[in-house]
Amino acid sequence: MNQETDKKNKERNDEYLQLLKKEMPKSKHLSTMIRAFIVGGIICCFGQLLTDLYKYWFNKIDIEDIKAFVTLTIIAITAILTGLGVYDKIGAFGGAGSIVPITGFANSVVSASIEHNREGVVLGLCSNMFTVAGPVIVFGISASILVGVVTLIFPGFFM
Amino acid sequence: MKDNTIFFNKKIYIEETASTVAKKEGEGPLRDYFDNVIEDDRLGQKSYELAEIKMHTATLQLLMNKAKIKQNQVDCVFCGDLMDEIVGCNFTMKNYEIPFMGIYNACATYGEGLILGGISIESGLMNRVICSTSSHFSTAERQYRFPLELGNQRTPLSQWTVTGVGATLLSTNKNRVRMDCATVGRVVDYGVKDANDMGGAMAPAVRETLLSHFKGTGRTPEYYDLILTGDLGNAGSKILKILMREDNYELEGIHNDCGSLIFNAKAQKMEQGGSGAGCSSSVFNGYIYKKMLGERYKKVLLIPTGALLSKTSALQSQSIPAIAHAVSFILEEND
Repeated sequence: MNQETDKKNKERNDEYLQLLKKEMPKSKHLSTMIRAFIVGGIICCFGQLLTDLYKYWFNKIDIEDIKAFVTLTIIAITAILTGLGVYDKIGAFGGAGSIVPITGFANSVVSASIEHNREGVVLGLCSNMFTVAGPVIVFGISASILVGVVTLIFPGFFM
Repeated sequence: MKDNTIFFNKKIYIEETASTVAKKEGEGPLRDYFDNVIEDDRLGQKSYELAEIKMHTATLQLLMNKAKIKQNQVDCVFCGDLMDEIVGCNFTMKNYEIPFMGIYNACATYGEGLILGGISIESGLMNRVICSTSSHFSTAERQYRFPLELGNQRTPLSQWTVTGVGATLLSTNKNRVRMDCATVGRVVDYGVKDANDMGGAMAPAVRETLLSHFKGTGRTPEYYDLILTGDLGNAGSKILKILMREDNYELEGIHNDCGSLIFNAKAQKMEQGGSGAGCSSSVFNGYIYKKMLGERYKKVLLIPTGALLSKTSALQSQSIPAIAHAVSFILEEND
């Protein structure tokens, strides 16, 4: 392939990609954003509902523990819904609204585990559990380390 | 071979066909044309991979039963699927004692199989061959995309991998539908990087193959009653027509797409239709072959299309090369 053909091909490719951009159907951003907003909002309202309910029922328990219980409850519900084959339909409708809250993380771990169950417990399920959620853990831990180092050098920086 | 096109001087006929699909495909517009529609796409197996193997094995047996032949009367099976190492076909052929040549060209594999089968018979070295492909939504989804239960959204360009098998028995025994010529595809890459836009990636390959085919045969689109691509999808088909118009060929009214045919886009919420190695083979062996026998189509150009990427190449931001093989079928008069 000489330089002339490469140049002609590049021009042809650029023209073609322009054509695709013009003709191919695009994502309907408005409707997906509205759906994400509704689903994400419902999940967060539900979380708030649980927090208020737990504060009322377990009023002697520390607020930090209550928050942890709420997170655990939502993760448990997501795991069950994923196992029942219901959560993927919620996700298909809600998009980012179901992925961004903790529900997304729980769903990614459980769905990957179910998928690879057939390849054995250790090399299948355990090895592949975090294939989708891995980046969340990496960035979460890295960010925490960064925050910790900054706070060490500049105490009270993030207050 | 001129312009990548070969003519079969020996008379090579379709002796018999068999097709199996699953529930979703069986709820589509072509439901009455498939030999078998499976209710449970797991087929009672421990995994979807085992289910695809069982489906493929059963379809090959059905093909031989319909043709009233035993497996020792078949010289070779040319087949492929979408699983890594085409392990589906490997395990399927474990159940038979027929010589096996596994092949892979992604969703264009069926076209590759027909051409190789035709060349084998043309050479006189083989008399009767089977060409088949299989695909399964669940095995493809888990391998190429995400876990099945993951709550992610499909893009408007997404195609649904067909769960299905199509198998063709080719031989020199006189029959009604003859494979008269074929154009072997070459790898074509116009720089599409979006792994969700398979139609856009493959349309250029169809264009290049069609240009070679028309030049090599001296035919025009009007020669055929139907020019049927594998899985460009609805949007990809539109792009193909635009590309061919630039070359002064009009495909409107002559072109259709197996992926567009197999599902009802609105009712089944399949905007871009079906895809997969089993898409072109199940639609052709089920619907199109019967339509040819019924004289609805007398000259069909089948062009299975394949996107030749891998998970790794997509992650490494490589563009998507594609290929399309064209195979021409003619209905011979009843004598």
